[in-house]
Amino acid sequence: MSELTRKSASELAGLLQSGEISSVELTQAHLDRTAAVDEQVHSYLHVGPTAALAAATEIDKRRAAGEKLHPLAGVPIAVKDNLTTTDAPTTSGSKILEGWMPQYDATVVKKLRAAGMPILGKTNLDEFAMGSSTEFSAYGPSKNPWDLNRIPGGSGGGSSSAVSSFQAPLAIGSDTGGSIRYPAFVTGTVGIKPTYGAISRYGLIALASSLDQIGPVARNVLDAALLQDVIAGHDPHDSTSLPESLGSMTNAAQNADVKGMRIGVIKQLTGEGFQPEVSARFSESLELLKNAGAEIVEVSCPSFEYAIAAYYLILPAEASSNLAKFDSVRFGLRVTPEGTPTIERVMAATREAGFGPEVKRRIILGTYALSSGHYEAYYGAAQKVRTLIQRDFNAAFEKADVLVSPTAPATAFRFGEKVSDPLAMYLNDIATIPANLAGIPGISIPNGIAENNMPSGIQFLAPAREDARLYRVGSALEKMHEDLWGKNMMAFAPELEVSN
Amino acid sequence: MAKDELMNYEKALEQFEVVIGLEVHVELNTNTKMFCGCRNEFGDEPNTNVCPICIGLPGTLPAVNKSAVESSIKIGLALGCEIAANGRFARKNYFYPDLAKNFQTSQYDEPIAFEGALDVEVPSGNSFKVQIERAHMEEDAGKLTHVGGTTGRIQGAEYSLVDYNRAGVPLVEIVTKPIYGAGAEAPELAAAYVRLIREIVKGLGVSEAKMERGNVRCDANVSLRPHGQEKLGTRTETKNVNSLRSIERAVRYEIQRQAALLAKGTSIVQETRHWHEDKGATSAGRPKSDTDDYRFFPEPDLVPVQPSKTWIEELRSSLPEQPAERRKRVQSEWGFADLEFRDVVNAGLLDQIEETVKAGAKPQAARKWWTGEISRIANSQEKDIFELEISGQHVAELASLVDAGKLNDRLAREVLTYVLEGEGSPAEIVAKRGLEVVSDDGALIAAIEAALAKQPDVLDAIAEGRMQAAGAVIGAVMQAMKGSADAGRVRELLIEMANKK
Ligand SMILES: [Zn+2]
Repeated sequence: MSELTRKSASELAGLLQSGEISSVELTQAHLDRTAAVDEQVHSYLHVGPTAALAAATEIDKRRAAGEKLHPLAGVPIAVKDNLTTTDAPTTSGSKILEGWMPQYDATVVKKLRAAGMPILGKTNLDEFAMGSSTEFSAYGPSKNPWDLNRIPGGSGGGSSSAVSSFQAPLAIGSDTGGSIRYPAFVTGTVGIKPTYGAISRYGLIALASSLDQIGPVARNVLDAALLQDVIAGHDPHDSTSLPESLGSMTNAAQNADVKGMRIGVIKQLTGEGFQPEVSARFSESLELLKNAGAEIVEVSCPSFEYAIAAYYLILPAEASSNLAKFDSVRFGLRVTPEGTPTIERVMAATREAGFGPEVKRRIILGTYALSSGHYEAYYGAAQKVRTLIQRDFNAAFEKADVLVSPTAPATAFRFGEKVSDPLAMYLNDIATIPANLAGIPGISIPNGIAENNMPSGIQFLAPAREDARLYRVGSALEKMHEDLWGKNMMAFAPELEVSN
Repeated sequence: MAKDELMNYEKALEQFEVVIGLEVHVELNTNTKMFCGCRNEFGDEPNTNVCPICIGLPGTLPAVNKSAVESSIKIGLALGCEIAANGRFARKNYFYPDLAKNFQTSQYDEPIAFEGALDVEVPSGNSFKVQIERAHMEEDAGKLTHVGGTTGRIQGAEYSLVDYNRAGVPLVEIVTKPIYGAGAEAPELAAAYVRLIREIVKGLGVSEAKMERGNVRCDANVSLRPHGQEKLGTRTETKNVNSLRSIERAVRYEIQRQAALLAKGTSIVQETRHWHEDKGATSAGRPKSDTDDYRFFPEPDLVPVQPSKTWIEELRSSLPEQPAERRKRVQSEWGFADLEFRDVVNAGLLDQIEETVKAGAKPQAARKWWTGEISRIANSQEKDIFELEISGQHVAELASLVDAGKLNDRLAREVLTYVLEGEGSPAEIVAKRGLEVVSDDGALIAAIEAALAKQPDVLDAIAEGRMQAAGAVIGAVMQAMKGSADAGRVRELLIEMANKK
C-alpha cells in the first residue's frame, strides 16, 4: 500500500500545497488501493477513475499556474451513492435506479468540484439509506475492514469502509437516524451529522426530508472539519438550509480545549442495554475529559424512551411519500407486466420488482401511519414526541454545553445476525436518533477497542448551530486518546489482504 | 353513456332544497413556476419548460416563488379573507402519471387565506353572500393526452403522452362554504360567482383568467335535501366545467338528475362527475368518499410562508378597485339605465365595454354591439363571449366606421363575422373585401333610375311631400346593389330629383 493512502487529508493537503506530491499521483494511489482491496471490502458501487484523474490533472495544472486554490484542492474523496452526480450513475443502492445518470449535480457535489476535490467513486449504502448494515443494499453488502465477517454500519457503510480501508481519505455521508455516526462507530472512524440545514440537501435522494442531513466521514476530527467547511452554507435550492454561516469548523478543531466545558452524560443512554466494554471505553473517555478540566454532569432526557418509536413513524411516513416518484414514468426501471399494461399495473410491477424488502416494509408502514383515521394516533403522536425530545434537549443544554453518550449500544455485529429481526436492527440507532429528531448536530469519534476486538466510539451532541463545539471537544478528546495510545485509532486496524 | 332520468326543474325545486359548493382553480400568470425557475407559459412546445425539479427527479427540492405568494395574498385580500401568519405547505399523495412526484405540493390545514365572503348578484337582480372557506396555493399537474381509444380518457387509451410544461404552474384554489338558499337561482349563482372570481383575478392582474385555456377552472358540488331536513344530502362533484355557460347547465342538470333519483328512493352516489357540453349531461367519474385518502402531511421540504404584517398591508393598499365599486363608477360614467347595466354585468361584458369605450366608441354603441350581435353569435356558437377572437379595439373601429357612414348595419354585421374568423381589423376587412357602402352618386343614380323606370310615380309622390313613397325605391336600390348602397344618400338623391322635376 502506498504510504500516501495512510495519511490524513490535512497532511495530504500540505503535501499538495508544497508541491511534494501531485493530485494525479495521490488520486492514482487511492484508485490502486481500491483495485487491490475493494473486491473484499465492496465499498464502491461505482469507481470513476477517468473523471477522478481528469479532475486531478486539472487541479495540478491550476496549481502549476500559480492559482490560489482551496486548502483541500487535489485531495480525492468518495461520495455516498444517494447524491446525484452527472458523471457517474446514481442508484441510492436500489435496483429501481440501476444505471440512472442524473441530469444535475447535487449542491454538495458542486461544492466538492468547485474546491477541486476529485471524486473517486460512489459508495455503497442500504437501499435508499434504509438500514444499519448495508445488508439491504440491492448490490450486496460492504464489509468492515476490521473484520470482513462483520458489518461496516449503515446506511453509510460504503463511505465508512472506504475511509477505514484507506481507499479514500475522506467521504461524504448522509445521516437520517445515525447513518454517518453508527458506521463511524463500528469502523473506528469519525463521522459528523451537522445541524439540520447546515448543508444543502439539494441532490440528496431523500429518505426522510425532515431528518436527513449530509455530513463528513473522515479518519480524524480536523479532516472532518476541513470537509464540513467545504460543503456547508446556504443554498437557495434548499429552503430548509440555514441562511447564516456557522463559522469555521477548522478553527474550532484547531482550538481543541475542554477546560471549563460542562459535559452532560445522558442518563437514558448509558448502562443497561450497552455492551460492558463499550460502557468501559465510555467511562475511560469521560475520565480523560475530566482530567483535562471538563466538568462532567448528569442530565436526564426521559422522552428518549419514545424516540425510536417516533422515528419509525416519521421516517416511513416521509419516505413513503418521497419514494412515490419511483414509478417508471420519467426515469429509472420500467417493468411491463404480462397482459394489458395499464399505468397502474406498470407502476405496481416496477415498484414490486425495483424495491427491496426493507423499502417495501417502510413504505407500507409509512402509508399506514399517514392514513386518515390513523394519522393522529401515529404521525401526529410521533410529532408530539419530537417536540418533547426537543424540550428534553433544551433542558439538558441549560445544564451542559455538550451532551455525551456511547454512539451505539454494541460493536459491529456479524452479517446475517439481525437481518431477519428488524426491531433488533432498529435498536442500534437508539443513541443517534434523538439528534435527528431535534435537528441538532452530533459527532462520533473512536475511543478504543471493545467487544470482539472491534472499535467503539463516543458521541457528542451540541445545540443547533453549535457544530463548532463538537469539533472543539472531539478534537480535544481525540488528542488525549492518541497521546495515550501513541497512535491514531486506525493504526490498530488489521492489514487487509491485497489482491493483485 | 346511459341516459339519466331528469325531473322537471320546477318540480325538483318544489321537493328539494339545493345546496352547492364551488371550488375554483385560478392559474397565476407569474413569470416562473411555483417551485422552480421554469417559464410559466401556455402553448409552448411540450416538455420544453421543464427542469429536474418540476419533473420530480430524485434529489430535487422545491423553493417557493415569492411572486406567486404575493399573487395569492392579493387574491385572499380581494376575497375579504384573513391572511395566515403561518401558511404551511402540505403534500397531497396520490399516484397519477401527470403528477411528477406522485404527490401534489398544496396546502391543507394552514392555507394562505381563509374566511372571506363575496356578494354575488344573479341576473334577476338578487344578491347572495357567498362565504369563502379558504384560498390556498398549490402546483398544477402536467397535461395528459390519451391517444387511441374512443373516449379520450385514460381507460381504453392505447398510450398516453405527458406534457410537464404545466407541471408546477402556480394555482390558487378558492373554496366556498356550502351555499344555501339560492333555490332556483343556484345554477345562475354558480356561474355568476365564477364570473366574479374571473373579474377579480383579472382586475388584480394575477391571472390571464381565460377559461378556455384552463386559467380558471371550476368544480361544482351539488346536493339536494328535502325541505326542512337538517342533514345535508350526498353530494356529487362535477369536475372542470370550463365555461360559465357549462357551469350553469351542469348545476341545473345535477339538480334534475339527483331529484329524479331521490324521488324514486334511489340514493345518490358520492362521486366525481364529468360534464359533457355536447350532450348537455354529466357522467359518473370515479367514486369519491370523504375518506378518500390523500395522506396529507406537512411538506417537510419547505419552511412555512410567513408574510409580515407590513407586507400584507402594503399589498392591501395596492389592491385595485373592487368589482362592486367599479360597477358603480362605470355605470355612472357610461350613463346606462339600471336594466341596461344589469344586462351588461350579467353577460360579463364590463371589461369588453370598458375596453371598447377606451378605444373611442360611444358607451351606448359599445353596449349595443356587445349585448346584441356579438352575444347572439356567441350563443349560436355555444361559446362564452370572451372566447370569441374579438377585442374592444375592433368593436370601436366597427362603430366608428358606421358613424362615418362607411358601413351600414348590414355591412357592419358582415364585417364582424370576418373579424371573428380572424381576417383582421374591421378597417382591413373593409379595404380587402371592398365592403364599403356605395355613396358614389353615379352608381347610385343609375340604380335609382333603373328602379324609377318600374315605379314612375314615386318622384311625384315625393314632390308632394309623401316621403313614405321613397321606401320602395330605396329598397329596390339596396336589393340591386346587394345592400352596399348608402341608404341615406339614396334618399337625398331622390329628393333632389323630385325637386328638379
Ligand atoms: Zn422546472
